[in-house]
Amino acid sequence: MPGDEAAGRRLGIVGAGKIGTAVARAAVASGYDVAISGSGAATRIELIVDVLAPGAHAVTTDDVVRHADIIVLAVPMHRFRELPRDLFAGKTLVDAMNYWEDADGVDDELATAPRGTSAVVQQRFSSSKVVKSLNHLGYFKFEEGRRQRDAPDRLAMAAAGDDAVTVAAVMQLIDRLGFDAVDAGSLDAGLALQPGGPVFGISHTRDGLSNLLRSKAPSRREDDRAPAVQFRDLARRTTKAPT
Amino acid sequence: MTTQDIEFGLDSFVPISVDESGEELSGDVVIRNTVEEAVLADAVGIDSFNIAEHYRRDMMDSAGHVILAAIAGRTERIRLGTAVTVLSTQDPVRVYTQFATLDAVSNGRAQLILGRGSLTESFPLFGLDLGDYEELFEEKLDLLTRLLRDQPVTWSGKFRSPLTDAYLSPPLPPGHLPTWVGVGGSPQSVIRAARYGLPLMLAVIGGPAIRFAPLVELYKRALDKYGHPQLRIGLHSHGYVARTDQEAVDIQWPHWAHVMGNAAAERGWARPTMDRFHSEIEEGSLYLGSPETVAAKIAWVIRLLGLSRFDLAYATGRVPHEQKMATIELYGREVIPRVRELLADPEADLAASVRPGATSAGSSNARG
Repeated sequence: MPGDEAAGRRLGIVGAGKIGTAVARAAVASGYDVAISGSGAATRIELIVDVLAPGAHAVTTDDVVRHADIIVLAVPMHRFRELPRDLFAGKTLVDAMNYWEDADGVDDELATAPRGTSAVVQQRFSSSKVVKSLNHLGYFKFEEGRRQRDAPDRLAMAAAGDDAVTVAAVMQLIDRLGFDAVDAGSLDAGLALQPGGPVFGISHTRDGLSNLLRSKAPSRREDDRAPAVQFRDLARRTTKAPT
Repeated sequence: MTTQDIEFGLDSFVPISVDESGEELSGDVVIRNTVEEAVLADAVGIDSFNIAEHYRRDMMDSAGHVILAAIAGRTERIRLGTAVTVLSTQDPVRVYTQFATLDAVSNGRAQLILGRGSLTESFPLFGLDLGDYEELFEEKLDLLTRLLRDQPVTWSGKFRSPLTDAYLSPPLPPGHLPTWVGVGGSPQSVIRAARYGLPLMLAVIGGPAIRFAPLVELYKRALDKYGHPQLRIGLHSHGYVARTDQEAVDIQWPHWAHVMGNAAAERGWARPTMDRFHSEIEEGSLYLGSPETVAAKIAWVIRLLGLSRFDLAYATGRVPHEQKMATIELYGREVIPRVRELLADPEADLAASVRPGATSAGSSNARG
């Protein structure tokens, strides 16, 4: 495998709960070399990873960051501020977290964030490029919803971010995980993906999701859309189809 | 384990209900009705009655141990427990004294499920920081298991004053009080239950139960790792039993829609639909229908996950007391004996007797 292709098949996941392990399992099945961390020592999550995401590496959060350029952030939302601000410097950070008052407690900044919770995450990790994604379907869909490309019932997941190239990389990840990827527009469009938003928690195929997002979400400037050609090229280079 | 060892319980949030004309009942009436429901549960042979813990306007279960004590005075045989005790915001010393006392007044029938619950209103109410959730639960579980297993206890922690050679009254024989850990899907909580050597109660309130099979495997492996024997695994899910499938749907649907509609509004979920209701009945975690339908599904899930306890969270939402009584009667007199009968034949194809669709999620996800 050429070096850049191998690098494109590395994924880091911070958070070994329901969502983190579900993404890890799907990513391993899609041919990714996955490193995943919980809070603290790697030994705390070794058994969890061994049973729930066999094939992924249980490591520390620092090692997750060293492992990959794309990092999925899947810790409980009320704990993301415990991570150092520059931890993800230069990385693509996929914000898969959702703010639940019932689970996270009242957090005024998150509850009232006018541009969505991912904007708050971006503000904290300002040296990374945040894309909101992998958050709007139930975690079990990563297991049950994965389909080959072109399957008629393939579900779609959206990605919202301000940097078009970064969004394209996350869309490639979504596609390889077994879902159609939809460019939701700028990071503010993440509002549409979070709890209470029009697409949250409902399974859609690509057209349904695109239509809903077009009618509801603010877009990036048109010339900033994720470059479709580049994404298709990336997709064509994907050799191992999702199961 | 024989089918006689399987424990069948009822779980209640003591929800504000309506009368048969649709008027909301007051909280004190709801609490007394709940006592009557538990008395009936005892009479019809149900193994346990368990009360949750919330601090909300629509649930009257803020002091479940008091209700359980009232039930104890009017029953002979049924076990009396919690589902769940929100241990993170309780003082383990109080939990011990309350449930050791309940065990005394009930002549040895008290039990506990410890957990977080899915709601967190108790944190601000008792002046605790949700950010400390993990540490709180860990520390309190440590102290409570010590109190239940090896008094006198010398202990110190971060969130309460230390104990030195402490004996608490009333005394309990070590390990006498059945104490489970309730989990909602968090792998770390499963590991914790195994680490403390406590039996595991899975709360599955939506979607196919097969999704929890990996957590069952995790629990078994973790028990091995920590040097404990294999322990019991239970399941808590919602349901409703009526004379016929259609009657059960007709009675439960408006109340289910009401509860799920409120939860959807609070949590930003999709609004509940009749389609989703039916899919929860057929493929998901609603144990709803005639006694035969519900028994077939319970027997199937017991074998699927290797369970030795099944708790029915009976009648979701504001279902009237009279209809809850009817469900309890059917669950005790018809469903439970039928489940035991179905499980008595180890060769029986239990999936075949479940309504079409109920097992499809299982077969398509067998790659576990």
